[in-house]
Amino acid sequence: METFDTWSLSLVVFLPLVGALLITVVPKAQEAAVRAVALVASGGSLVVSIVVLARFDFDNTRTFQFIVDKSWIETIGARYHMAIDGISLPLLVLTTLLVFLCVVYSTKIMPEPHRPKGFFALILLLATGMSGTFTSLDLVLFFVFWELVLVPMYFLIAIWGSERKEYSALKFFLYTLFGSVFMLLGFLAMYFRSRHPVTGAHTFDMIALQGQTFGSKAFVNLVFAGLFLGFAIKVPMWPFHTWLPDAHGDAPTVGSVLLAGILLKMGTYGFIRIALPLLPDAARDWAPYIGALSVVAILYGALCCLAQKDIKRLIAFSSVGHMGFIMLGISTLTDTGLNAAIFGMVAHGVITGMLFFLAGSIYERFHTRQIDQIGPGMMQVMPYLGGILAFSAIASLGLPGLAGFWGEVLSLLAAFNPAEGLNVGLFRTYMVLGGVGTILTAGYMLWLVQRLNLGKASEKHVGEKLPDVRPVELAAWTPLLIAIFALGVYPRAVLEITNSAVTGLTGLFG
Amino acid sequence: MVAILAAVQEGAEGVVATSGNWATEHAWLIPVLPFVAFFLILAVGKRMPRKGSEIGILTVAASFFLSLIILIGDYVGGGGPVVEHAIEWFPFAGTFDLDLGMKIDGLVAVMFVVVTLVSLMVQIYSTAYMHGDKRYTWYFAALNLFTFSMLNLVIADNLIQLLIGWEGVGICSYLLIGHWWEEHENSSAAIKAFITTRTGDVAFLVGIFVLFAAADTFNITEIIHKVEEGEISHATLTAAALLLFGGAIGKSAQFPLHVWLPDAMAGPTPVSALIHAATMVTAGVFLLARLFPVFEASTQALNFVALIGAFTMLMAALLALIQDDIKRVLAYSTISQLAYMMAALGVGAGNAAIFHLFTHAFFKALLFLGAGSLIHAVHSNNMSEMGGLKRVMPTTYKTFMIGSLALAGIPPLAGFWSKDEILTEAYRFGTGAVDPHGTQVVALIVYIAGILTAFLTAFYMSRAVHLTFEGTYRGKGHPHESPPAMTGPLVILAVLSVVAGFAGIPGWQSGFGAWVGVGGETHVPSADFVLILVSVAVAVGGIALGRRMYMPAPAREPLERMGFFYRLLQRKYYLDDLYWVAIVRPIRDLFSRAMNWVNQNVIDGLVNGTAAGARVSAQGIYKYVDQKVIDGAVNGAGISTRKTGGLLKYLQGGDVQRYAAYLFAGVAIFAFLFTRFG
Amino acid sequence: MNLAWVLTLGALLFSIGIYGVISRRNAVLVLMSIELMLNAVNINLIAFGSYFGDQAAVGQIFALFVIAVAAGEVGIGLAIVLMIFRNRETVNLDEVDLLKW
Repeated sequence: METFDTWSLSLVVFLPLVGALLITVVPKAQEAAVRAVALVASGGSLVVSIVVLARFDFDNTRTFQFIVDKSWIETIGARYHMAIDGISLPLLVLTTLLVFLCVVYSTKIMPEPHRPKGFFALILLLATGMSGTFTSLDLVLFFVFWELVLVPMYFLIAIWGSERKEYSALKFFLYTLFGSVFMLLGFLAMYFRSRHPVTGAHTFDMIALQGQTFGSKAFVNLVFAGLFLGFAIKVPMWPFHTWLPDAHGDAPTVGSVLLAGILLKMGTYGFIRIALPLLPDAARDWAPYIGALSVVAILYGALCCLAQKDIKRLIAFSSVGHMGFIMLGISTLTDTGLNAAIFGMVAHGVITGMLFFLAGSIYERFHTRQIDQIGPGMMQVMPYLGGILAFSAIASLGLPGLAGFWGEVLSLLAAFNPAEGLNVGLFRTYMVLGGVGTILTAGYMLWLVQRLNLGKASEKHVGEKLPDVRPVELAAWTPLLIAIFALGVYPRAVLEITNSAVTGLTGLFG
Repeated sequence: MVAILAAVQEGAEGVVATSGNWATEHAWLIPVLPFVAFFLILAVGKRMPRKGSEIGILTVAASFFLSLIILIGDYVGGGGPVVEHAIEWFPFAGTFDLDLGMKIDGLVAVMFVVVTLVSLMVQIYSTAYMHGDKRYTWYFAALNLFTFSMLNLVIADNLIQLLIGWEGVGICSYLLIGHWWEEHENSSAAIKAFITTRTGDVAFLVGIFVLFAAADTFNITEIIHKVEEGEISHATLTAAALLLFGGAIGKSAQFPLHVWLPDAMAGPTPVSALIHAATMVTAGVFLLARLFPVFEASTQALNFVALIGAFTMLMAALLALIQDDIKRVLAYSTISQLAYMMAALGVGAGNAAIFHLFTHAFFKALLFLGAGSLIHAVHSNNMSEMGGLKRVMPTTYKTFMIGSLALAGIPPLAGFWSKDEILTEAYRFGTGAVDPHGTQVVALIVYIAGILTAFLTAFYMSRAVHLTFEGTYRGKGHPHESPPAMTGPLVILAVLSVVAGFAGIPGWQSGFGAWVGVGGETHVPSADFVLILVSVAVAVGGIALGRRMYMPAPAREPLERMGFFYRLLQRKYYLDDLYWVAIVRPIRDLFSRAMNWVNQNVIDGLVNGTAAGARVSAQGIYKYVDQKVIDGAVNGAGISTRKTGGLLKYLQGGDVQRYAAYLFAGVAIFAFLFTRFG
Repeated sequence: MNLAWVLTLGALLFSIGIYGVISRRNAVLVLMSIELMLNAVNINLIAFGSYFGDQAAVGQIFALFVIAVAAGEVGIGLAIVLMIFRNRETVNLDEVDLLKW
């Protein structure tokens, strides 16, 4: 079992990569074999991550577990250092789960052009990048995984996307790359000002970097600015969000699901894992501004949602708002806020993932993303699909008892009582504005439901005999629907894991 | 589910006080039963012989009997225990613990009975009213989900759990108002209801946070304890109270957020009876009563509540005067009566408010169900298409009559006792006979507004009764009496509308006030016959005036003679228009589009501009720097070599002798150099 | 015999040869001037040989070599001149610029 503990994370991360490599050698004609490999690889990764979850020591979520720490690139001191704690565990499980569900969904529903080999290989490659990001504790390793994600996503959008797919793919790629360059600069700045407590050499190790003084206040703030730019673009925070609606809108269904479900969390995770613990003083200086941008994102995202005519763009803008709540939680630098943020990340992952699945299935049936061409009265034609859509939309607007609520309300609560040294009045203003944002959120979500679902269906759609929810869709969605409900009534499932880890982190902020 | 149930049972250890009554100890079953029913109906409802309605009816009946046992066993007569049990829901180590808990006292017991009884009546009624509806099973599921949410709101021992119930009833209201969502109007009304109440909920949420920040707990008992110990500053309490009241304004449809309730009548009538008359809309009143010490601590907050109540009761009663839609008459009447309760709370008469809530739930549910019976018969909501129905629908007529008289405040019906208690209390506080909780003059305003409202109430109910039941039938078809499944609940509620008031007969010191004891106050004012006389006279006057004006039914609405004021009422004081023009439209259509424009053109324009700029400058760099300068240098090296070569070639003229000369010259030079410097 | 005198003779002879090589237009005369230069070298070789008491008579042997090579050189040179004359009807070096660029 000790071997397992050491290598289980590597297994989770690299099993999909092995699957992707295997797929490349399977002959093109053997589609069934391609699907089987993809299912086994992603399923295997999921199973291992669940075993990790089961073997995780929940009494010590603050300490890193399942550590593997091997020499990697000796000349610069970069190490193959992976481990998880209470902060990364929920995200890792979310990643493996969503990837598996996406693979399941794609076994039957494949976007045009029909090239399953490349499609599945890219999804698996993406999975490796994402789970690698959430597990690595070495800045170089982190960066490699972080960048690894871009490539498959670029091709997923550019090949299997719709409408302006090349533009969107390129925009996504370049924009995030632009951010990560500054992030890398920040990493290097920390590296060259660091000193490993044992060896005395420069280090990329996230744990060793904690508590180091990198230089003057201005310098540290500058380093934070670099990290901020990298992470904020990924989140995306206002005003760095404009790649998101394009990428989401034009990506294929599972691309959008993974983009919203997991990729965005890499940004917020970066803040929690790297920016805050490594540069706590700068974080405190930056917190009011981050909070302000978050609140703008909440209101702005909601307002933009009201103006959207395209269902996928609407959900994409709703992500901007929801990520705003998550960043607001982070910016408070409190236990409550960070717990809220991680919970919000998981909740947003399942809810918005679900919404994008639905949008994809709707697009597949109606061949349009325009709300007024799909609706009204979709629920008349497809009662179950409409019902699931209504459920997910209601979950997304943060109804208590469903997953979306806790992230939002705890983040607002955190803003009511921000960390010591932050301007209470300012953050309370943020809180009120965020509260107004919840009204708008309810407004656009219910309006969306009304325009799509309710009313009398047009003759055209009634005659089309569109299929209601199909078995494969049900298979892929049921776990998410259950998660939405379960997280709502039993938030402890996530909060208990994160809490102690988060408390350790906020100790830095007094 | 089983796990949760087991957990609830297990956690029943953190006991504050206990009761020997099994039902009280297991009061959590009351909300859990409809919750289970919700899932059962969804899962197997369609395969049941009665399409799932029997599941809902049976579970709610069980909840009702439990509630009745609790109320009668522990609280009737006063002095009941406060039973608190909780299980840890999730801990926030170091910050706070959130519990799933129950706090049972007289107030809760009364609410239990009200909610489960009305829910039961409405569900039985609905089996006939909704018969043949295509979403029959879903309808019952939603009713049970609503019942659960409402009971959860009532039972909650902490504010977060209460908030969950609070939002839960909101979404159920949304689902049920929009039950017939094929019509655009209905779904719009549903959205309006949800968004309007949510606006209040933001204030409510902030209020909860304020209390939490001050008391460091969400637990209601602990908060109240800290308030009574004086540990929380007056300013904080005022802020918290006003913010919490913001939530109540939304939920209980008080000015200025009352606009959703009349539109909510788009839902099926039994839903209106349950949600928009008897239970959900009273959640605001319940909240104030539950946290009464918080409000009592702040005179300003109490005055504000009282004034909003006084204003709303008059405003809504006036609107009820001119409605043609019978459900809208009742809706405005509900707003007005809720304002009565609010005003009562505002002057400090918490028990009177809850008493009115209690009686109002029965007679207003009765009136709504009666209206449903009428609508069922004539297929129209409009009173202009009714008339003369007392002959064809005798049961409906009699029960509706009882409800109307109860609402109008005619003794000895239920509404009289509760309304009179409110007026008596307001008068006594207003005249300084008793030390007022708020400001004396405010209580007096409440009394005057109450008297005026009582008159208007009697008048519009008289109008409604005469327009529907008297005279000749003006509608289409041949209406007939509703089936027993509908008239049965009417009769039961009618009986309750008669007897429920006796629970709080003035001067009975172990009466209703002692049962609920809002804010620890159990005193019941004794009857003041002058005041009773005044209110009865006002009610009778209103009824008589109504009879004079609408008997027989006039061809034209006589109130139209009010001219401008009539138009003002017709336009609902232009409040809806104002919200639509000043808030909804700008945000939805203007502001959002502007934002989107900004997004697409400014922010995204910046991004695209950066990209375009990068491309242009890249082209420039390529064209000028790369091709001209850098590649120019490379090419230049070649060209210059050729040029120099071209020049040097002339040295090589093919003249061998010159070569030789060069050679020797060179040798000579080197020879010279070597000899000179070598 | 003073070495300097002999070397001076060699130098004069060499200089006359150079002058001839550079200034004469007739190819045959140029060849003759080259012979003069070679002979100047021969004189130098012999003079150095006797001056340093050269037992093995290397200087003189070298001079013999040079005379032999010079004979060959003149042979080839005259053959080239002859060929040029045949092709161009002139031996004026100004008109022969085969080595021009």
